Amino acid sequence: MSKLLNSKNRRLDGRKLDELRPIKMKVGVIDNANGSAYIEFGRNKVMAAVYGPKDVHPKHMMKTESAILKCRYHMTPFSTGRRKNPAPSRRETEISKIISEALEPAIVMTDYPRTAIHVYVEILQSDGGSRCAGVTAASLALADAGINMRDLTSGCAAGKIDGKVALDLDEVEDMEGDADLPMAILPNLEKVTLLQLDGDFSHKEFIEALKLAKKGCLKVYEMQRNALNDKYFGNEKA
Amino acid sequence: MASKKSLVVEYLKYEQMLKEISKGKRIDGRKLLETRSLSIEPGVIEKANGSAKVTLGNTEVIAGIKIQTGVPFDDTPDKGLLIVTSEILPIAASWAEPGPPNAEVIELARVVDRGVRESKMIELTDLCIVEGKKVLAVFVDISVLNVDGNLFDAASYAAVAALLTAKMPKYKIIKEGEIEDTGKQIPLVTKLIPVSTTMALINDAIVVDPTLDEETVMEARFTITTTTKNSICAGQKGFPGGFSLKQIELAVDTALKNGESIRKKIKKSVELAKKK
Repeated sequence: MSKLLNSKNRRLDGRKLDELRPIKMKVGVIDNANGSAYIEFGRNKVMAAVYGPKDVHPKHMMKTESAILKCRYHMTPFSTGRRKNPAPSRRETEISKIISEALEPAIVMTDYPRTAIHVYVEILQSDGGSRCAGVTAASLALADAGINMRDLTSGCAAGKIDGKVALDLDEVEDMEGDADLPMAILPNLEKVTLLQLDGDFSHKEFIEALKLAKKGCLKVYEMQRNALNDKYFGNEKA
Repeated sequence: MASKKSLVVEYLKYEQMLKEISKGKRIDGRKLLETRSLSIEPGVIEKANGSAKVTLGNTEVIAGIKIQTGVPFDDTPDKGLLIVTSEILPIAASWAEPGPPNAEVIELARVVDRGVRESKMIELTDLCIVEGKKVLAVFVDISVLNVDGNLFDAASYAAVAALLTAKMPKYKIIKEGEIEDTGKQIPLVTKLIPVSTTMALINDAIVVDPTLDEETVMEARFTITTTTKNSICAGQKGFPGGFSLKQIELAVDTALKNGESIRKKIKKSVELAKKK
C-alpha cells in the first residue's frame, strides 16, 4: 500500500490532517436557471442549477400540500479517469436520492404545494468527495432561486488514511485510504441530513471523524454564506 | 414510503405510535431498541451456489448466490466481481409492481453491497483465475417475498448467510489462458461477518428494526454495518430528515451491540445448516 502521509503527518498534496482543499464558490452562473451555483472543491468542479417551482409531470406525482423535490446527480463522461458512460448508473441513482433527502429538510416544501422543484447537479470533474461538493452547490442554487429555506445544506467528508482520521479526502486518499465518511448538515438546525460510510472505523475513530466532518461542514457553510453575500450584497462579508 | 400504506395508518396509528414512543414503547409491544424475531434458514434453494431465507417479523426475503466466470474490470485485473441486485417481487405487497428497479430498490441493493464489500468478508483477489482475463463473479440476488419494513437488514442477513454457506466451482488452467471446470465445488472462503442494523427516527426517538407502519411515518433512517464489537464498515442515512450528533452516537452504540447478537444467530444457523 502506498503511503498517504509523510513523517510530519502531511498529506500527498501537502495538507494537514484537518485541512480542507481549496474551495471556490460562485452563485448565479447559469442564465436560464432560476438559481444556480458553481463550486470547486479541490479538483472537483461542480455546477448545480434549479428550475422551478413548476408544474409536476407526471401529474400523479403531485402533492396537494407540498412541493416535490426532484434531484439528479450526474457525472459528465469526461469527469473521470476513464470515460464514464453518460447513462445514469446505479451509483448516480443512489446519490441523487440521498442528495435530495439531504436538501429537502432545509426547504419549506409546504410553501409550494402542487409544484415540482428540479435540482440538477452536474459533475464536470470529479476528484473524491463529489457528492459533498454537489449537495453544497445544490443548496446554494436553491437559495439563489429564492426558494424559502430554513437553513443551507453544507457538505464535507471526513475519512481515515494511513490509520489516521483526516478531513476531506481526495480521490487517491479515498481509493487508497481506510475509510470515508461523507456528510452534510443543516448548520443552524444542527441536523445531519446526509451520512454515508464505507471502510473500517473503530467506534472511537468514527466519533472523531464525525466531529471532524462537522467542523468541515461549518467551514463550508461560512464559504456558502460569503458566496451568497458576494452575489446579493457585493463584496460585503457576513 | 408514505403512499404505501393507507391514510388510516398515517393519521390514526401515528398518534398511537407517538404516544407509545413517548413512554419508551412501540405499538407492537417492543422496546425502542428491540428487534423483531429473526429466523435464518440457509440452503433453501438447491440450484443456487448458496442461499438463505430470512424472516424478520413479517418481512421475508430470499437471497440466492450464483458464482460464474466473468471478465474482470480493467482497473482491477486481479479481482473477482461482486454483484448485488434486489427486487421487490409483485407478490410482496399490493403496491409492488413488476418493472425496472426504482431508486429505493437500487439503494437497498447498494447498501447491502457496501456492507459485504467494505467488511472484506470476501477477498476478491481469491476469485481471480487468469489475471486480466477470467475471474469468478459472485452474484447476490435478493428477492423480497413479503414487505413489513426494514428490508435493509433482512436483505443483508440473507445475503450474508447465503455467502457463508456458498460453494463455488473449481476451475483449473489447462493451457495459457484457457480454463476448464473440474466439476468440483469448493467452499467460498469468507472472513469477517458484516451485520447491519437499521434504525428509524420517529418524533426525535430512535427505534431499531422499524416495521412498515413505522417506516410510513419515520422522518429519517440510518443503517450501520459492523464487523466486530468495535468496528464499523458501512453506513447510510436515508429519508428527508436529520439526526443530531447525539442520536448518531446512540445509533452507532446500538448497532455495535445489536451486531454482536445477530452475528451469533447467523453463525449458529449456518453451523446448523452445514451439519445437515
